[in-house]
Amino acid sequence: MLNFIARRVLATVPVLVIVAVLVFLLLRLTPGDPAAILAGDAASTDQIAQIRSSLGLDRPIPVQFGIWVGHLATGDLGESFYYKQSVTSLIGQRLEPTLSLALMTIVIAVLVSVPLGVIAAWRFGGWFDRALMGFSVMGFSIPVFVLAYILIWIVSVKLGWLPVQGYKRLADGFWPYLQHLILPSITLSVIFIALIARVTRASVLEALGEDYIRTARAKGLREAQVLIRHALANAAVPIVTVIGIGIALLIGGVVVTETVYAIPGLGRLTVDAVLARDFPTIQGVILFFSLVYVGVNLAVDLSYVFLDPRIRY
Amino acid sequence: MDPNAQSVEAANVASHESAWRRVRRNWSVRLGGVVLALLVLVAVAAPLLGTVDPTLFDAASRDLVPGKTGEITTLDGDYIKHKFLFGSDSFGRDIYSRVMYGTRVSLMVGLLAALLSLAFGIVCGLSAGYLRWLDGILMRFMDGLMAIPAILIAIALVALWRGSLVTVVVAIAIPEIPRVTRLVRSLVLSIREEPYVEAAVALGTPTWKIMFGHILPNTIAPLVVQGTYICASAILVEAILSFLGVGLPPDIPTWGNIMAEGRRQFIEFPHNIFIPGVFLAVTVLAVNILGDGLRDTLDPKMAKRV
Repeated sequence: MLNFIARRVLATVPVLVIVAVLVFLLLRLTPGDPAAILAGDAASTDQIAQIRSSLGLDRPIPVQFGIWVGHLATGDLGESFYYKQSVTSLIGQRLEPTLSLALMTIVIAVLVSVPLGVIAAWRFGGWFDRALMGFSVMGFSIPVFVLAYILIWIVSVKLGWLPVQGYKRLADGFWPYLQHLILPSITLSVIFIALIARVTRASVLEALGEDYIRTARAKGLREAQVLIRHALANAAVPIVTVIGIGIALLIGGVVVTETVYAIPGLGRLTVDAVLARDFPTIQGVILFFSLVYVGVNLAVDLSYVFLDPRIRY
Repeated sequence: MDPNAQSVEAANVASHESAWRRVRRNWSVRLGGVVLALLVLVAVAAPLLGTVDPTLFDAASRDLVPGKTGEITTLDGDYIKHKFLFGSDSFGRDIYSRVMYGTRVSLMVGLLAALLSLAFGIVCGLSAGYLRWLDGILMRFMDGLMAIPAILIAIALVALWRGSLVTVVVAIAIPEIPRVTRLVRSLVLSIREEPYVEAAVALGTPTWKIMFGHILPNTIAPLVVQGTYICASAILVEAILSFLGVGLPPDIPTWGNIMAEGRRQFIEFPHNIFIPGVFLAVTVLAVNILGDGLRDTLDPKMAKRV
């Protein structure tokens, strides 16, 4: 098993290398002087010259890549000219809101979608199943920000139950923190619920056709036990896989949701950086998000060992 | 010269006809198709639907609620009376006209982005599936591209290139290419084992002719389905980019731009966001429903998986 883990970890190395190359090339393949782009529109010639020498921009491209990766390895993502601080510390400051939002969204989505998917599979073809599939197509089709504004309009403006926008840190008290997170997480979880419910339904449906389900029923197990202990347990691998893949959707959603709800997280940082054409920050955020995405999917792959004892390596 | 190819083509024609009949009888295809046809009609006939030039504005007609009558200044400086069916924005532009003209941009972006990513994905997928020496390196590259969340690639590219219809379409299409490539490659890998491909190889048919003449036609059904889904997501992503202020320039009437403009005054005038939002959601829903119908009728294997 250690062998398997080592092999999986090593397999992510080429992916990370390609991601690094792509993010590196993003700037180099653009017409114009990368040093001037990185320094921002208001930079002096001295600043541009300093960036040029620190990144070795007068040297051949492969050497530049080496220097750049060297900086990355020490956690140096460059300097944001818009925020006047290092991109690494900028990301650190913006992590809490985004992490809170993402975790809460995943918790809500899993708690809602897995039971819905199981029931739909259990009553396959019935009204509940068809309603869920209909909801799922709608969930994929409604734009995150439109949904966000509908929820703000109903819950915050008309009913006045929750704050309209903003964010409170956990240090400011748990209740305000939670209050500001509820609507954004619900907004973001809708597309996730649509995705996970669909996959849960399909994989439980497949498991329900297996012989061991007939056996379980024949030996007189209660239906709930058949569904959860036998069908759902055997459907765990695809469900966890789709959660991992869905992280990409979640990251896209975070960018939009944080903008609508004025949450000062990494998504908002991305948009502000793009509007200010702050490329060191854009590069840093893209690298960070990609790293998280690859890391989560690695963890998902490794979890198969525990989720499905039949898998032997 | 190649009697084999002919018989394969004949078989294709026969199966296409019955598939086409199945498609036409499917209710999802009908529903999605009709709604989409209406939207295409709106896009084409936008100037005839009681609209004014969507870039015209009038300071006296700012922030009107839907249904109010006001005036609008034409390019010649004349004032015309105009009924603002969907109200007006904070510049005094007619939202109804902007929404109608916005249909053009959304449908265009969806269609072009789908075609572009399909074209590149087909070339890459055929190459990876058929030219073994290229497979490893090309697919690692695609894995890397897929590891970067799609919307971030699109945002970064538009930021670098500055927004225009072409850059937005390309930026949206690029992150979709790996998924098409993977699909085409997996199809090629199974099709290349078919007897008719072996026969063509044995007859000495050139590789490019096998790829485009024998293998490609058999990947069309799943690709049409995939293309529909890409179209739906491209329409969404374009609206998101414009909404965030990093898409097409704000004076171009797109649903995302109308909503971006409406953000500041959302509490007082929510219709600036809700009306284009409904159009956007209905369009994406129609394309997705069409895609589901096509999947169920054209690609039964995939239908069973999801």
